[in-house]
Amino acid sequence: MKGFIIKEFLHIFRDLRTMLILFGMPVVQVLLFGFAITNEINHASIAILDQAKDETSMKITDKILSSGYFDLNAVLTHPDQIEAAFGKGEIKEVIVFEPGFGRKLEKEGKANLQIITDASDPNTANLLFNYTAGIVRDYSREMMENKKPPMQISIESTMMYNPELKGVFMFVPGTITILLMLVSAMMTSISIAREKELGTMEVLLVSPLKPFQIIVGKVLPYILLSFTNAVVILVLAFTVFGMPINGSLILLLLQSILFIVMALSMGIFISTVSQTQQQAMLLSMFVLMLPTILLSGFIFPIENMPLPLQILSNIMPSKWFIIIVKSIMIKGLGIGYVWKETLILVGMTLFFVGLSVKKFNIRLG
Amino acid sequence: MNHSAVILQNLSKSYKTVKALTEINVTINKGELFGFIGPDGAGKTTLFRILTTLLNPDTGTATIEGLNTVKDYKSIRNIVGYMPGRFSLYQDLTVEENLKFFASIYKTTIEENYHLISDIYKHIEPFKHRKAGKLSGGMKQKLALSCALIHKPEVLFLDEPTTGVDAVSRMEFWEMLKKLRSQGITILVSTPYMDEAALCDRVALMQNGHIMTIDTPDAIIGAFPVKIYTVRSNRMYHLLNELQTIPETEAVYRFGDVVHYLNHSETFDPMIITRHLDAIGHTEIVVKQAVPTIEDSFMLYMRKSDKFNIPGNDN
Amino acid sequence: MTTERPNVIEVKNLVKKFGNFVANDHLTFEVKQGEIFGFLGANGAGKTTAIKILCGLQSPTSGEIKVAGYDVYHQTNLIKRNIGYMSQKFSLYEDLTVSQNFEFYGGIYGLSRKQIKERTKYFLEKLELTGAANKILKEIPLGWKQKLAFSVAILHHPKIVFLDEPTGGVDPVTRRQFWEMIYEAANEGITVFVTTHYMDEAEYCERVSIMVDGRIEALDTPAMLKQKYGANSMNEVFIRLARAQSAEQ
Repeated sequence: MKGFIIKEFLHIFRDLRTMLILFGMPVVQVLLFGFAITNEINHASIAILDQAKDETSMKITDKILSSGYFDLNAVLTHPDQIEAAFGKGEIKEVIVFEPGFGRKLEKEGKANLQIITDASDPNTANLLFNYTAGIVRDYSREMMENKKPPMQISIESTMMYNPELKGVFMFVPGTITILLMLVSAMMTSISIAREKELGTMEVLLVSPLKPFQIIVGKVLPYILLSFTNAVVILVLAFTVFGMPINGSLILLLLQSILFIVMALSMGIFISTVSQTQQQAMLLSMFVLMLPTILLSGFIFPIENMPLPLQILSNIMPSKWFIIIVKSIMIKGLGIGYVWKETLILVGMTLFFVGLSVKKFNIRLG
Repeated sequence: MNHSAVILQNLSKSYKTVKALTEINVTINKGELFGFIGPDGAGKTTLFRILTTLLNPDTGTATIEGLNTVKDYKSIRNIVGYMPGRFSLYQDLTVEENLKFFASIYKTTIEENYHLISDIYKHIEPFKHRKAGKLSGGMKQKLALSCALIHKPEVLFLDEPTTGVDAVSRMEFWEMLKKLRSQGITILVSTPYMDEAALCDRVALMQNGHIMTIDTPDAIIGAFPVKIYTVRSNRMYHLLNELQTIPETEAVYRFGDVVHYLNHSETFDPMIITRHLDAIGHTEIVVKQAVPTIEDSFMLYMRKSDKFNIPGNDN
Repeated sequence: MTTERPNVIEVKNLVKKFGNFVANDHLTFEVKQGEIFGFLGANGAGKTTAIKILCGLQSPTSGEIKVAGYDVYHQTNLIKRNIGYMSQKFSLYEDLTVSQNFEFYGGIYGLSRKQIKERTKYFLEKLELTGAANKILKEIPLGWKQKLAFSVAILHHPKIVFLDEPTGGVDPVTRRQFWEMIYEAANEGITVFVTTHYMDEAEYCERVSIMVDGRIEALDTPAMLKQKYGANSMNEVFIRLARAQSAEQ
C-alpha cells in the first residue's frame, strides 16, 4: 500500500501538465473571478436622491463620492426617477436619504438611508452595497464618539431586479466546488484509465492486491492534493479579496473532505466504465463538470430554472456542497443548520463508494 | 502431489461474435518451458488472460497448481507472475522505481529476491535511474521480466515477450528463459515467431482459437509426413509458379533465400525437380533435401484443415 | 539490368541529432526504382528516425537527401504526394468499411472518384475480397487487413512505398502472400522500402542495410552479406553485427 501511494505521487509530480492543472488552476480561477468583480467597483456610476439636503446628508454624500469608488452620474429629485435612472443602464446604485434625514437623526437618534442596487449583476451589487454601507457606518461611528445619546443610521438595502441577491459571493464556494470536482474526479478517473491503457492494470489485477487496496492507493494522494487545493483557494479568497469566513473553519474543512471523497468515488466510477484516458476525460467533462457548473446554482440561480431542471439539480452533489459552504462562510451557520445537506452528501458519498468498489472489476471486461 | 502445473480442459471462450478459443486441452508439467506458437488472433492472449484469472472461460476448466482459475483466483494471484503483451511498465517511473513498486505490491523487496532476477537485472542495473519510457525495446523487456519475477512466482506467464523486439534481444531473452527454467519455474510463453518454438520443451501450435498440435519441437518436426526439398535457380521469381506444375505437388513456398518444395507422391525423386526446371530454361539449379522447421509444420497444419484457416488463405 | 534503373532515394551524409544524441550518423545510400530495399536494425538503432526523415515528417540536422527526386528540406509536400506508407500499428480506420477506407485515402491523394472506384475494384478483385467491400474493418481478420492496408498504401501508385514492420504477428501463410504482393508492386516499378524483425524476410529483399547505433554497418545483397560474414542466414549476419556492438558497450 505504501509503495502504491509513493508511486502515485511520483506520477503526479513527474507530469508537468497534471501539476499545472492541480496547482495553477485554482490560483488562476480565483484570481480571475475575483478581479473580474473588483475591477467593476472602481468608479462605479451612482445617482443620489437627497430628500433632506441638510448638513448630515451632504457630509455623507461627500464622503461617499470622495472614496474614489463611486462617480456621481445623476442627481435625482423625486423617487419616481429611480426606475428610469437604472433603466438607462449606466447607473449601478442609487442612494436615497429620507426627508429630514439629519433632523431625525438628531432628534430621534435614528434615520433611514436606502441603498438601491442593480442586482442583475449580483456580485457587483453586493460589493457596491458593502462599500457604501461601510462608508456610512464609518461616518456614524465618528459621530457617535462626540454625541451622548446613541444615534443610528439604519441602512436599508433594496435590490432591483434580483431582490434576494442569489449568487452573491458565490464565486468562492462555486470555484472550490468546481476545482475539487475537477481535481478529484477527473484526475483519478484519468489516472486509472491510463493504467488500463498501458496494460499495467492487468498486472495489478493479477497481483494479490485487493480492489479496495488499488482504489485507496490511487485515491489517497488525490485526497491530500485536493485538500491542499481547497486550503489554497480559501487563503487566496481571504487574503486577496477579503472574503469572510464567518463560520467554523474546521467544519468547513471537514465538509470539504467529505465532498472530496464523494468526487473521488465518482471518478473511480467513471474510470470503471472507460477504457482510455480520453474517454475518462470526456466523461468527466460531460457527466461531472458541465452539470456542476450549470445546475448547481453556481452560475444560474436554481430558483430561476424551469421546474424539471430544479428537480434535476437535487441530484447534483455540488448543489448541496455549495449551500453548505455558503452557509458556513457567509452566514456563519453551524452544523445545526446544515445537517440536512451534510446528510445528503454523506448518502451520496456512500452510494458512489459502494458503486465504485462493486463496479471495480476483479477481472477484465 | 502431481506433476502438472497447468491443466486446461475443454476450454472455450467467445467474444460477441468471435470464437476466441475452441475446446482447448493442454497439460503442462512442472518446470516445463511451454510455448504457445501462433499468429495474432490465434487466441493466445485470451488464453493467457484466462490462466491469469483476468477472464473467465465460457465453458471448460483451467487449474494452476491445482487451483481453479475461477474459484481460487485469489490464491492463484499469489503464485503467478504475468507479463502482458505490451510491456506493462510505468513509463514515467525509473527502472528502479518500477521494480520497487512491483516488489511492494507483493509485500517483498528487491533485496530479498535479488538472486532471482540478478542475471536479468544486471543488464539494466546501470540504467536504474533512467525512466522506463526512455529504454530501448530490449531493455524494457528485461525490466518487465524482472518485475514479473520479483515475487518468486511458481508459474510465469509471458504473453508475446519478444514481439517487436529485434533478433539479438530475442536471442538474449530466450537464454534468460532457459536459466529461469533451470531454477524450477514453470514458464508459459506465447509468440508469433515460429523459430522460437525450437527453444521450448514443448509447444502448442495455435491458429484461429484451435490448438493444431501439441508436442516437443523435435516430435512435431519428426512427424512431418513428406520430404522437403530446397530449390534454388537463376530465376527465383518464377520458381514458385513453375514448380507448381510438377505432378502431385503438395506445396511450394518461399523460405528465406530458397523455395521449399513438397510432393506427396511416396516415390518422388528430387531429380524430377531438376529435370523439370532445366526443361523450361532455368540454370544454376540447386535441389537439396532439408530438415523441416516448425514453420513448415505450421503451414502444413493450416493446409490440412479449414478450421485452422482464416477465409482468404486459399493455398 | 540493375544499373539502368534510376535512383529514387538518394541519401548523402544524413545526420540527425537530438541534443547530444546522434540518432543517424552520416547515413549514405541509394535505392533504385522498383527495388525492394530491406532496412534492418536493432531496436533503437535509428531506423524510425531515418524513415521519418525520408517521409518528410522530420527534417535532418544535415546531409543531402532526395526522395522521389525532391529535397527533404523544402519539398516535403511533393515528397508526401509521391510516397505511400504503411505500418503494423497505423494503417486503416477500424470503424470504416473497406471501401470507405479506399475512398478516404484515395481522396487524400487527389484521385478522382472514377479512379478510386476502378482501383478499389482492381485491388479487391486481386485479393478476392470483393464480397467484403462493405464490411467494417474491425470484422476482418488481421492477415487480410494487412493486405488491404498495403493495397491502400499503393492505391495512388506512389514512386516509393514505406513499410514499417508490415507483417508483425501475421501467420506464415499470409506473410508469404503479403510478400507476393510486394514483389508484384516492385515489378510495376514501385520502390519498396521495408523494415522487419523476421530475418527470413530479409532474404526476400534485393538489398539490405543493417543499422547499428545510428550507423549503417552493412549494405549489400543478402547473398553478398552472407558471404562476407561467412554466415548461413541473414539472422546470423544480423546477430553478428548487432552483438559485436553490444559487446563493445
